[in-house]
Amino acid sequence: MSFVLDQISYRVGEETFIDNVSLRLEPGSMNVLLGPTLSGKTTLMRLMAGLDRPTAGKIIDNGVDITGVPVRKRSVAMVYQQFVNYPTLSVYENIASPLRVAGLPKAEIEARVGRAAALLRLEPMLKRTPAQLSGGQQQRTAIARALVKQAKLVLLDEPLANLDYKLREELREELPRIFAETGAILVYATTEPTEALLLRGQTATLWQGRVTQVGPSATAYREPDNIDAARVFSDPPLNEVSVTKAGAMATLESGRKVPAEGVLSGMPDGVYRLGFRADAVTIGHPQPGMLSFPGTVSVTEISGSESFVHVDTGLGTWVCLVEGVHQWEPGDRTEAQFDPGRAFVFGSQGQRVTAPGLAATA
Amino acid sequence: MAQITLDGVGHAYGGGKPATDAGYALKPLHHVWEAGKAYALLGPSGCGKTTLLNIISGLVIPSEGRLLFDDRDVTRLPTEQRNIAQVFQFPVIYDTMTVAENLAFPLKNRGMPKDRIAARVNEIATMLDLNHDLNRRARGLTADAKQKISLGRGLVRSDVSAVLFDEPLTVIDPALKWELRSKLKAVHRALDLLMIYVTHDQVEALTFADKVVVMNDGRAVQIGTPAELFEKPEHTFVGYFIGSPGMNLLQGKIQGTRVILDGQEIALGAAYPGLAAGSPVKLGIRPDYARLSTSAGLPVQVRRIDDLGRKRLAHVSLGGQPLVATVPHGMSLEGTQACVQFDPARTHIYVDDHRVEGQSLSEGRAA
Amino acid sequence: MTDNRVWDNRAWFFVLPVMVFVLFSSLLPMMTVVNYSVQDTMGQNNFFWNGAGWFANLLDSSTEAGQRFQGALLRNLIFSFVILAIEVPLGIAVSLCIPKRGWQVGAVLVVIALPLLIPYNVVGVIWQLFTRTDVGLLGASLNALHIPFDTRQDATSAWFTIVIMDVWHWSSMVALLCYAGLKAIPDAYYQAARIDGASRWAVFANIEFPKLRKVLVIGMLLRFMGSFMIYTEPFVVTGGGPGESTSFLSIDLVKTALGQVDLGNGAAMSLVYNLITLTVCWIFFTYTTHADQRKDA
Repeated sequence: MSFVLDQISYRVGEETFIDNVSLRLEPGSMNVLLGPTLSGKTTLMRLMAGLDRPTAGKIIDNGVDITGVPVRKRSVAMVYQQFVNYPTLSVYENIASPLRVAGLPKAEIEARVGRAAALLRLEPMLKRTPAQLSGGQQQRTAIARALVKQAKLVLLDEPLANLDYKLREELREELPRIFAETGAILVYATTEPTEALLLRGQTATLWQGRVTQVGPSATAYREPDNIDAARVFSDPPLNEVSVTKAGAMATLESGRKVPAEGVLSGMPDGVYRLGFRADAVTIGHPQPGMLSFPGTVSVTEISGSESFVHVDTGLGTWVCLVEGVHQWEPGDRTEAQFDPGRAFVFGSQGQRVTAPGLAATA
Repeated sequence: MAQITLDGVGHAYGGGKPATDAGYALKPLHHVWEAGKAYALLGPSGCGKTTLLNIISGLVIPSEGRLLFDDRDVTRLPTEQRNIAQVFQFPVIYDTMTVAENLAFPLKNRGMPKDRIAARVNEIATMLDLNHDLNRRARGLTADAKQKISLGRGLVRSDVSAVLFDEPLTVIDPALKWELRSKLKAVHRALDLLMIYVTHDQVEALTFADKVVVMNDGRAVQIGTPAELFEKPEHTFVGYFIGSPGMNLLQGKIQGTRVILDGQEIALGAAYPGLAAGSPVKLGIRPDYARLSTSAGLPVQVRRIDDLGRKRLAHVSLGGQPLVATVPHGMSLEGTQACVQFDPARTHIYVDDHRVEGQSLSEGRAA
Repeated sequence: MTDNRVWDNRAWFFVLPVMVFVLFSSLLPMMTVVNYSVQDTMGQNNFFWNGAGWFANLLDSSTEAGQRFQGALLRNLIFSFVILAIEVPLGIAVSLCIPKRGWQVGAVLVVIALPLLIPYNVVGVIWQLFTRTDVGLLGASLNALHIPFDTRQDATSAWFTIVIMDVWHWSSMVALLCYAGLKAIPDAYYQAARIDGASRWAVFANIEFPKLRKVLVIGMLLRFMGSFMIYTEPFVVTGGGPGESTSFLSIDLVKTALGQVDLGNGAAMSLVYNLITLTVCWIFFTYTTHADQRKDA
């Protein structure tokens, strides 16, 4: 019953947009495509929808090869980042439009639109036109239209990116619930790691047209397979530093030697790349077991309940997490406290060698 | 360098004094924007922040009140006589000019000598990392680069009363946003100009501003530092709007230094002698200061756990009221029964959505 | 843009009716013209092969046909150049004066659009009457002021009349195109310019004119084509005279092919005429598309 992408590639001329992607999507599942802008999320969705035909590989739906089947013969619904509605039609007619195309009887249309409108809390607005709605309501209308279609595959391309963050919080919570009873395969593209985590389901991280990892969202976050997946799944950006381990000591890029503790203890000698997220570094007085790096603050980003201090340590600019709202001024001298037990260790090919809480696999 | 004073500035479209408060797009406001400070106007769409910005820039003439730049009344002066700079939501560049000519344009128009223009253009271009593109046609650049040019043109004059930003990072690629946010912050520190930044994004507002004006429904509900907005939201809207997720608000009845909620007592960090015992209040507590525990505290039903990677948030029900609490690191949960503990010092009491100041119980405790 | 559509060749069926229509409306008539252009006749419907003879005639200024054709072509090019040189700046200037909002917009637009709604031959009649020396308001008044003016005797008067007539008839179109272009400029640009302290001229040179470039190219193309193929109005006003002085290509072509039934020369003329229009179109087209690419680069 599943929807399978089997070694899909998409090239135009010299340029590769999708490079050998294989994915398996199950009915009723939430699948997040996580990647930065231009990583291939939208292209992959267009291939799934049948808007474009892959230049290599097969798309198999429920055991049937549907690779070249055009979109109008598939059971697909799509919601875009821009609020796409028919401007002259009322909200009711907008939601009903796919059903009218399908030629459903009037009573059936009324019932389905009514249900969708109730689920998306659009009932008071059914007579208005999209121009009379707020952004959030316009996107709800687009989502309702995708919902009534009862498509087997629902593609959501950064649907919340253009909304205020409070509306985003609200709608993000509702989305999986709204589609739950349809049993549709949900595919959700986003650039934000937090969104992937909140949507649960499985996450495929995309980087330069390749899927770098697929797995349950929280697992993919905690155990990235390689440095590309870790970078994609880190916001703020992953902090990185190269180390050379020799015996009980490790030498950093700067020449400084530190004890090979934490994730590095028990690793064979060699050159590694350490990747660690903002929560593995904080700011303040040295503490036992932490490595201290003096540096200069370049900026403090405040997310509302956390502060991310960007510190230039001479080993690159690191992002350090401080709970609560605090203000460090650009140019302040400070010390970044790094917990060596909370880094990922990557090998020379970028493959993960070990992660916090895991045994080394090298 | 100037300070800007809003002296009862309010605006109702259609003019005149509206019969009720609801008639205002911007309710009358007194505020002084201090020279050299960075401010943000933060609020959801339709909250009046853009109206306020347009009043300062001269696009809208307020229906009441006076606007002063230092001591000069500019309420009715057109934009060009106000000596301000503005950066718009979408890049505004002069297609036919090079990047350098774009940056130099506001200075050239004011007859600044050539060598001083060149020096200033170089200074600003360096701050914004535009110095490699100075001789390129502006037309061929990416949207990001174009917006940087717009920012540069806004910042190039050192004699302006204020620089206004109208959601300037809308078109910027998400991956580059933090970089520009940090640039703007550094630029503000370097240039010492009064800057006013309109946004609906709390990260942009809190990161950029010394003081944030939180607006809702045409009203400035709180003006404060980012830390004040987080620690002491003066209005329930601020509690909700700042922080992801926002502050929890629980209906209860005040009883001295406690709030009674569904028969349970919650200890507060202050006494509220001004509030009659048993009167209804809202208890505000941020999810960051409400912690789930297995044994101690008030019993709650766990509905859902959100795993955010670096932390976990529990969505629970406390006597039928929804509440979000932090799950401590390493805590494992079984079943749907758990307890929640509040940090008394971080609780706030709201009456009619406004915070009531209490008398602190423990002297000398760190805030 | 990359081609990323799903292939479905059934679309060709929808194009078929149009292709059949084009075949009968354009290609077949065109081929008869081609046929005439390479043959000569002695009458009685007897034709014989003349190869490129008619074309050689046209290009050779020592022949009568060549002289006529080249004269008409030159006059036509001068005419097109003159009216473009007047109508484009005038159209821009007018468009800048049209109000941007308020009730005046509709009123002004209707008044400006009026000349465009008048049929070509009526325009000709209006100007023919207007410039008559006996009853025409313009012609009679000028003569009363002892300014020599007579479109039937004096080539300068005839040219003046025809140029002014075209300007009157068509500047509106350029103005309306430019107005649409100006309306498309977001308010933020003007506001930014005011904040930047830009002068009116700087606003025009750095914002309005660059943003108008695309519309202007289209306007110029339309006006070039219009003036290059002009027939009815000068035919009604001057009949191509006095002498040959206002015989533009199309007037000369009609005289040759229909007046003198010189089918060979006429056919060759029409083909060369057609080729020139096509070439100009192609140059404009490649210029505009290249300009787009430069912008994307």
